[in-house]
Amino acid sequence: MKVLMFGWEFPPFNTGGLGTACYGLTKGLSKQGINITFVIPTAPKPIESDFVNLIIASCTSFLDIKRVSSLLVPYTSSEGYAKTYKSRYFNKNFGNIYGQNLFDEVNRYAMKAREIAINETFDLIHCHDWMTYLAGIEAKKASKKPLVVQVHATEFDRTGGHPNQAVYDIERMGMHAADLIIAVSNFTKNKIVKHYGISSEKVFVVHNAVEFRSFPDTEEFKIKSQDKIVLFLGRITLQKGPDYFLDAAKKVLENEKNIKFIVVGSGDMEIDMVERAAKLGIANHVLFTGFLRGDDVDKAYKMADLYVMPSVSEPFGITPLEAMRNGTPVIISKQSGVSEVIKNCLKVDFWDIDEIANKIIAVLKYNALHHCLKEHGLIEIKKFSWNDSAKKCIEVYERALNKS
Amino acid sequence: MLDLLNKHEEFKISYSFSGVILEQFEEFMPSVLQSFRDLVDTGKVEILDETYYHSLAFLHSKQEFKEQVILHNKKIRSLFKQNPSIFRNTELVYNNELANFVESMGYKGILAEGAYTPKTTSRIKLLLKNYKLSDDVAFRFSDRSWKEWPLTVNKYTSWINAVNGNGNLVNLFMDYETFGEHQWADTGIFNFLRYLPQELLKHPDNDFKTPSEAIKTYNPVAELDIHNPISWADIERDTSAWDGNDMQKSAINEIYLIEEAIKKSKDKKLINDWRNLQTSDHFYYMCTKWFNDGDVHKYFNPYDNPYDAFITFMNILNDINFRLKENNTLKKEVVV
Repeated sequence: MKVLMFGWEFPPFNTGGLGTACYGLTKGLSKQGINITFVIPTAPKPIESDFVNLIIASCTSFLDIKRVSSLLVPYTSSEGYAKTYKSRYFNKNFGNIYGQNLFDEVNRYAMKAREIAINETFDLIHCHDWMTYLAGIEAKKASKKPLVVQVHATEFDRTGGHPNQAVYDIERMGMHAADLIIAVSNFTKNKIVKHYGISSEKVFVVHNAVEFRSFPDTEEFKIKSQDKIVLFLGRITLQKGPDYFLDAAKKVLENEKNIKFIVVGSGDMEIDMVERAAKLGIANHVLFTGFLRGDDVDKAYKMADLYVMPSVSEPFGITPLEAMRNGTPVIISKQSGVSEVIKNCLKVDFWDIDEIANKIIAVLKYNALHHCLKEHGLIEIKKFSWNDSAKKCIEVYERALNKS
Repeated sequence: MLDLLNKHEEFKISYSFSGVILEQFEEFMPSVLQSFRDLVDTGKVEILDETYYHSLAFLHSKQEFKEQVILHNKKIRSLFKQNPSIFRNTELVYNNELANFVESMGYKGILAEGAYTPKTTSRIKLLLKNYKLSDDVAFRFSDRSWKEWPLTVNKYTSWINAVNGNGNLVNLFMDYETFGEHQWADTGIFNFLRYLPQELLKHPDNDFKTPSEAIKTYNPVAELDIHNPISWADIERDTSAWDGNDMQKSAINEIYLIEEAIKKSKDKKLINDWRNLQTSDHFYYMCTKWFNDGDVHKYFNPYDNPYDAFITFMNILNDINFRLKENNTLKKEVVV
């Protein structure tokens, strides 16, 4: 089976879980014998070294990669796009290649997709999240092949229930144009059925996964201090609940002093969060590291005594699986897809600051609890495999092919 | 049960209640307590002794164990006007040491799980649960994948009759919630119970005995040597359901660490709260064995996972420690 896939940049060049999920899934699929032509929007990089290309080539040898010059990046907003566009336009003088706003660019990308669809041979189209939906629709029109869209997040998740109408419209259009839909969790499936007018028989859940790797415990990962470390790692945006993390930190610090709270990531709420920490009077206990990638992410998990994911609305949430893989206990929001698939963790409502603080203190204070979460978490995480997700994905492909 | 006792002169039954449930009957459902008293008034019901707080104290503090058994004995004497001479430990946890200890407290018999091979020692008489016939009712009665389903009174009676000639006693020990809770009414469990005595009594060699009568009537058939504690729980039939993982070990350890200080406080409320924390269920909820297998046990569990159970327990224990400290401070002030 040959699949034309519209996806996103792989680790370590990703900006979030979408790239990680694309990488894991495509790797699993190709192991199951699926041929994938993988289309990625790629912005021209100021300095693109051979080394970088080499890495990309070596870790993605299982794919036929088509790069389409575009300023699209996952998670961007109209404002974010305008900024990028402006800096590129004025600094590099690219002329009128790129769309003047985000939606123009999404449309332009779709037209490029049409060209690719005409020139390539494939059995099925698979695209990931709203920015590629129009591309998928155009490819379907041009090729008459079935379209599967995969929902990694909806506009409702990203905006805390206040969707941008234009984004919502594209999402809705993509979901209705698709022959079948893949949701990364039941949590997301319910949102698709509830908010997008899709019948539940059309939506199939394929949970994300993580591959177990063992990382050595070396001195390198130890912080030279008696303080315990509680980690937040994710985009610093409303969706991820960084404000709840800081409010819980404040409660914890009222009871226990020797704790550092580390915030890893970047995002539109970063400045607000630095200010919030200062306002709460806990700035000396909160460290902001900025965005980390590659091995540094695993190092961060290793250093931490506890990982907290207080997301307001998390379609899946791969990061807790990565933390557990590193032997780090996790507290996760019940408003998440990942809470459907892991047991050996602590679950909280994202708004329940008291309960988050209670559980943070418990994990840091009771070695037995920390130890049980760690050991049972490691056993549990070894059961995950992208091959299982890929197999489920192939079942959806087969269904879509039989349907048309 | 009262109907059965009145209808069949030969029918007898025995009960074991924790002190905690008796307190709850007294406070919230006196009618339930009265119904059990009515049963006892037939003269055909024997009450056993156990630990007042349904605890596993014997494994951790002999002194505390003894105090709880004495408390329980007092409670039974005051509520039922009976002085039990048979002991059954929480979850049928048993070993040689327990038999010797309980014997020294004056008991004549003791109950245990029956899945074991006899070997040596102990003068107190040991009544072993017939685990197959007991569990056929308690666990398997409504299991449609069981090849014996549906279990009729006739079939079950024929199994018990088959014991005649091979043994004197069939000890059926089961949780009282077998009737109506583990096995819901619509499984037919109450009809099964209603017609069982009359079917059993049709066979001339069958009759019913209370545990005390049983140990008086029959001589020991063998001696049994059990060093490590056994129980009636899970496949392992050991105590790992309560003390198998680090959280359980640490919680139990913390509890008995403050025994002396708690008792020295002479604060009745504090001692009672501390003892309530010894109830074995608290530790059972922290068990990670069945949690990861997605077992049915969670039906009786108020917690989503063993970690929440541990956190809640430790928070309460912290509160008790805090009260203990406060209590000591107050006393010092009084002395001053």
